Amino acid sequence: MASIDVALNQGTDSREDRELVVNNFSIQVATVNGSGSQSANSVLLRTIFLMGVPVSGKNLFPSNIAGLPTWFTIRVSKDGYVARKRDSEILVAMNAETAAEDVSKLKPGSVVIFDEPLKLEGLRTDVEFYAIPFDKLVAPVAPEPKLKKLLRNMVYVGVLAHLLKLEMPELETAISKQFSGKKRATEINVAAAHAGYEYAVANLKQTRFAVQRMNENADKIIIDGNTAGAMGALFGGVTVVPWYPITPSSSLIESLMELLKEHRVDAEGRATFAVVQAEDELAAIGMVLGASWAGARAMTATAGPGISLMAEFTGLGYYAEIPAVIWNVQRVGPSTGLPTRTAQGDLLSTAFLSHGDTKHPMLLPSSAAECFEFGMKAFDLAERLQTPLFVMSDLDIGMNNWVSETFEYPETPLDRGKVLSKEDLDRLGSFARYKDVDGDGIGWRTLPGTEHPNAAWFARGSGHNEKAQYSERPEDYVNNLNRLDQKWKTARTLVPAPVVEHATPGAKIGIIAFGSSHWAVVESVDQLKKKGVAVDYLRLKAYPFSAAVQEFIVSHDRVYVVEQNRDAQMLQLIKVDIEAKDVVRLRSILNYDGHPLEALLVTESIVNQEAK
Amino acid sequence: MATTPVVKQNRIGLSVIDYRGSKSTLCAGCGHNAISERIIDAFYDMGIEPEHVAKLSGIGCSSKSPAYFLSRAHSFNSVHGRMPAIATGAAVANHKMLYIGVSGDGDTASIGMGQFVHLMRRNLPMIYIIEDNGVYGLTKGQFSATADLGSRLKSGTVNELPAIDTCALAIELGATFVARSFSGDKKQLAALLKAAIAHNGTVLLDVISPCVTFNDHEGSTKSYKFMKDHEEPLHDINFVPAFEEIDVEYEEGTGVDIELHDGSKMHLSKLEEDFNPTNRIEALKRLAEARENNEVLTGLFYLNANQPSFTDRLNLVDHPLGTLPQETLRPGKAVLDALMDEYR
Repeated sequence: MASIDVALNQGTDSREDRELVVNNFSIQVATVNGSGSQSANSVLLRTIFLMGVPVSGKNLFPSNIAGLPTWFTIRVSKDGYVARKRDSEILVAMNAETAAEDVSKLKPGSVVIFDEPLKLEGLRTDVEFYAIPFDKLVAPVAPEPKLKKLLRNMVYVGVLAHLLKLEMPELETAISKQFSGKKRATEINVAAAHAGYEYAVANLKQTRFAVQRMNENADKIIIDGNTAGAMGALFGGVTVVPWYPITPSSSLIESLMELLKEHRVDAEGRATFAVVQAEDELAAIGMVLGASWAGARAMTATAGPGISLMAEFTGLGYYAEIPAVIWNVQRVGPSTGLPTRTAQGDLLSTAFLSHGDTKHPMLLPSSAAECFEFGMKAFDLAERLQTPLFVMSDLDIGMNNWVSETFEYPETPLDRGKVLSKEDLDRLGSFARYKDVDGDGIGWRTLPGTEHPNAAWFARGSGHNEKAQYSERPEDYVNNLNRLDQKWKTARTLVPAPVVEHATPGAKIGIIAFGSSHWAVVESVDQLKKKGVAVDYLRLKAYPFSAAVQEFIVSHDRVYVVEQNRDAQMLQLIKVDIEAKDVVRLRSILNYDGHPLEALLVTESIVNQEAK
Repeated sequence: MATTPVVKQNRIGLSVIDYRGSKSTLCAGCGHNAISERIIDAFYDMGIEPEHVAKLSGIGCSSKSPAYFLSRAHSFNSVHGRMPAIATGAAVANHKMLYIGVSGDGDTASIGMGQFVHLMRRNLPMIYIIEDNGVYGLTKGQFSATADLGSRLKSGTVNELPAIDTCALAIELGATFVARSFSGDKKQLAALLKAAIAHNGTVLLDVISPCVTFNDHEGSTKSYKFMKDHEEPLHDINFVPAFEEIDVEYEEGTGVDIELHDGSKMHLSKLEEDFNPTNRIEALKRLAEARENNEVLTGLFYLNANQPSFTDRLNLVDHPLGTLPQETLRPGKAVLDALMDEYR
């Protein structure tokens, strides 16, 4: 029987006593989208961050501009856990529509801050209710009536400051930061926060939940993965950025546009970059390939539906061997539905995108810092490997704010891959574009505009010989396919290797995870340890897999592949790669409800499967 | 004493051989081959370095033809209907090159329509040629969207849908050099191609190019015979490139003189002497009239030599983006440090 009580291990103290809970709880703010609560929630997050306490925020929002329910959760964790936590102890109920249901989900001993007219206090007797007269509090501080709606949010931040013992000076700093030092906006919002704070001091007793200063955030930043990826592209030397807007990738390109305007314009005001809003994703990837063919570091960012539209061109890129960097900020499936919810569901469709024998390298960032790192590295790899390369982020990493180590300035120069110059051709006389002269499956290319009569080559699909001449001869096609496979083997050695964390020597159980699942897994590993279950953990950073993946699998009896999709896509990819006899070692842990993965799900699943 | 025969050279010292491509694999008599010949001549006559040219195409018989001219130019045979995207990316990455794209009527007016309209709208600096024969050749003779209403396939099938007029569309969308010609009209096509090379902006050149195998029969409106009977040139075109410092004086009232972006000049004369191709509304009106009258109007319909091209609007540094050095591409550590401070 798998009777487990891991909830306590997660640190949520749900007992209905007055024991103080310090730096170990979650706040959930339930609002409607378009009400301007995002600023208030960011301020709340940053205040805790400025108090040196590990904190994370997740925005669960609808595909809508205004009026639908939105939940923002902030997790405070002295142990540094940042994955989504199943339960929140503090509920800020601002949405009449969801308030009753939100309250019913709380564990006994939780705290509810709500708008007085909602009259929630009668709903339960085992949680603490704090009715706040928002309208009354906001009226004196709102200079114009239309600002009332927005400022109500800052009032609950002020109320929470008292209830959770937040430091007001840090809250004021956070407000100033949020409004980029704009004096009037800062003053109004500080006033609103104070209105809430002072009301709470005068009327409300503090809760048993408290934030207490720590020193965990020195030299850290708060940033979302999309902005981090954009910074990576900037320092990776991106020059051409064709794109088509799609959630959740748009903010990556929008951030990049701002960065490029700021940092990549010369003294005369001329640009060393070009951003082109394409007519669709087919055009966006086509422009990337055209620009890369002409030598540029070109990239685009999209999500699953855009990836589908890029299928044909990606295949051409694979066979013509043109570099391309494509960010896939993954989300839940096609068309309407859950485009604003997270998933890791495009692994198979991206890895094998297009038709015929095609396969593509993928980088798997798990954090904002890795979005930055891979944002640069993606160009080096794509140009070195002369092939389309995908950076598989997701909505959770891309759009949520994360506390991150500061990013490290690159130590190695840009790797522009195998490109022959005019001088090289003067020396060599001529070259064969698709000839494997170095044994790594990668030929040498020239760029259009190279001033040598033998520089030109003809880019086309699969039907070509080593000299890039049109050919339908079977031996030329087979030769080409085999060389591309040799290149794939080279890719295994060049992409970032996985990270292996060993628990105890001889652990029988392994976990493989990647991307945003990482944060739930590290927490789960600790939960399992407390339960006496030793697990080793391998975090994938890229596809194709290096030899270390097979080694990890054979050295464990059971290996749980944790991922956020229904069909165990990463497990399928691993299956293709490992020896058939080892496939039986693989087991699956899946989450596909659109919410970021939580540690308990992983822990419970392993405990349950081990019990069988 | 053996003497080397004197090979004729152009102004940059290259012979016409330097502009040739590999042997055509298209059908003998295909209009596309004649167009390739005119392209070779035009680039030779204009004295363009082949290394400064990039050739682009989609899929179809027409899209094979870049292999048959300018072997010394880089080339990209892309996917069906998507050449404009490749051209746009390349032109942005290296705005110093001259881009020539060859498409067909299927590649442009059906599968490629989305990208075609946006290319025209952007006024990307490139020559976009439609080798227009009204049928899909490589898939053996289905109608394309430029086939005229009532035209007939060999099998007897009649086209019941109206043709898309790519020239009228291009003018409407913002292309700045729009012309139609006929692969058999050597003089007109040569003049238009040379003027196209001199133009800065999108050139849309729709060239009726009969398909001898699938659309050259009685009942076709894209056959050699039909074109001989129905082609209505708007004017005679005389093109004088900027580098030939000849001032030809035309008699007053004998046509229209136009200056191109690079200083080249065109004199349009003889037939419809009052037709002024710098007037967009007049151009659209004349095309609409031609459609009503079942004429195959050819010539230069529209020219705007002063509109900034797409790459002009991007305000790029002079050096092509594709080959900028690391010093320009990667900001220094101080920039990263400042960014980190911003997010603390």
